[in-house]
Amino acid sequence: MTGAERIAAAFEQREGRAALMPYLMGGYPDLATSLDIAIGYAEGGADLIELGVPFSDPLADGPVIQSAGTAALAAGATLDGVLEVATKVAEQVPVVLMCYSNAVLARGTEQFVADLAAAGVSGLIVPDLPLEEAESTSDACAQAGLAFVPLAAPTSTDERLAVIGAAVQGFLYTVAVAGTTGERGEQSSYGEIIARVREHTSAPVALGFGISTPEQASAAADAGADGVIVGSRLVREVGEQEDPASACRALVEQFARALR
Amino acid sequence: MTVPQLDHRFGPYGGQYVPETLMPALAELEAAWISAQSDDQFQAELGRLLRDYAGRPTPLYLAGRLSEVAGRPVYLKREDLLHTGAHKINNALGQALLAVRMGKRRIIAETGAGQHGVASATACALLGLECVVYMGAEDIRRQAPNVQRMGLLGATVVPVEAGAKTLKEAVSEAIRDWVASVEDSHYIIGSAVGPAPYPAIVRDLQRCIGDEAREQILEREGRLPRRVIACVGGGSNAIGMFIPFAPDQEVELVGVEAAGEGIESGRHGAPLTAGGRPGVLHGSLSALLQDDQGQIAEAHSVSAGLDYPGSGPEHAWLRDSGRATYVAVTDQDALAAFEQTAQLEGIIPALEPAHALHYVLNVPSDSDLDLICLSGRGDKDLAEVLGLLGR
Repeated sequence: MTGAERIAAAFEQREGRAALMPYLMGGYPDLATSLDIAIGYAEGGADLIELGVPFSDPLADGPVIQSAGTAALAAGATLDGVLEVATKVAEQVPVVLMCYSNAVLARGTEQFVADLAAAGVSGLIVPDLPLEEAESTSDACAQAGLAFVPLAAPTSTDERLAVIGAAVQGFLYTVAVAGTTGERGEQSSYGEIIARVREHTSAPVALGFGISTPEQASAAADAGADGVIVGSRLVREVGEQEDPASACRALVEQFARALR
Repeated sequence: MTVPQLDHRFGPYGGQYVPETLMPALAELEAAWISAQSDDQFQAELGRLLRDYAGRPTPLYLAGRLSEVAGRPVYLKREDLLHTGAHKINNALGQALLAVRMGKRRIIAETGAGQHGVASATACALLGLECVVYMGAEDIRRQAPNVQRMGLLGATVVPVEAGAKTLKEAVSEAIRDWVASVEDSHYIIGSAVGPAPYPAIVRDLQRCIGDEAREQILEREGRLPRRVIACVGGGSNAIGMFIPFAPDQEVELVGVEAAGEGIESGRHGAPLTAGGRPGVLHGSLSALLQDDQGQIAEAHSVSAGLDYPGSGPEHAWLRDSGRATYVAVTDQDALAAFEQTAQLEGIIPALEPAHALHYVLNVPSDSDLDLICLSGRGDKDLAEVLGLLGR
């Protein structure tokens, strides 16, 4: 089974509920603990895991994920280290890697994608690689059987959504709010953006950015999301708890219950 | 998708490596700039502000005593005499007018040395716009007078505590603000960097420097200079100075970067000089200081305006295509040129162009006529320089 097929299977197995897709910063607080946290996510009910590669200048991320990335780099995290985590996690659930474009360029697009495939990664999300710049990365992923997952935003025009929607592999990462990643107090009305992107794609629609409570996750699912991405809330838990793996597992269980 | 009409790529460099959220705003900005360029009323308003408010055209000055030291005539293009004290106002006024045209009443800016922040705050005060300036906490410390000026002009200065707390982090934070506020805010980027169409817009707004200088030197000398020299951080004064001379193949273009404590020390701000693999920072592919993992390295320079690990994509292409040459001058040498220029000419240059001055005054050349862009004045640097010189 290719990575893209594995992602598709994960969405097909949902039996009517939304897939839970928790994000974790690879190498935070250190590689070994981040692996334990990822296993906790899987045991807690994650359907897919989004694994972040730390970057020095993450433009799409708010303060929580930024500082987790800085801490991971200070603890010595590298792409290869994060890919080792990916390999072990992928034994349990499909892993989608999230990294910034300079990490892809630094290794060379072909080699980068080959290394992801070899590590058992199923898909790739690059938040600073819009469609206009994505061709070579997207092609390399397609050849390696990986899903190159594009992003849609509330500010995307219908013209852009049509092109993005036609190019979707795996799922469409739909950004719920204009802004960076991070917890948001208010419960946004998710229905509008989901309805808009649905017009342009038949692929699963996963909603992320600002979803930080089980209630918000449930609201996203009720609004029609096929997948719900939870990031900063969990990353914050890692920083605040003495036993982050257990704490995150418990939190993921809460999100999973909310989606049942 | 719309067919781009402004330059998105300079050779392989440039592009739009930004979150999808910003892509529609970049298209809107490009369309607004294209329509403004052919709008006589917009151009007349910008021309009037540049002339009556900012003080264009700036003088071209034959620096007699510097010429004696250099052993050849040295002309200075006096951008230091502009309102707010640097070339940054050319770009800030143009982009602020463009924001008004787009119906955006909130301006975001980043600043390193504080000059672009002051220029943006000034343009916003003039046009009645809200202004938020992101500035690294370390730069706030070393450029205190400019922080006070921005406050007085009604801008909000937001300290950025991430990383080395300098220009790189300030740009990142400004972009993050813009991602969240893009519907009603315009980001006035201060240098010829960032995602397309910014490098082209900033170049177009700064090319008045070179257009004027070319005309002025032809009038004075009856010939073109042998060399045109400018300092390069992101590279906005340099690109504005270079581009009008680019078709003149006999004119050598020299960009002077910050060698900091020396290129070999690794503590510098000279990605174009140091070479190496290009990379993506702040939305474009260009020469960049980074490690083998693609993590962006911290730059170092005594001058906050050159303390940046990236460079404008058009400069990377001017370098690769052989049209321009890039060199670097250390902190110590820039400080010496700062003092020398003050004492020989009664002109206190900003630390940024002091790098270019040092190159012209001290590096042997067979040039017989040099033109330097004196991109700004050094009032902002006094406390820092006097501290470093132990006075």
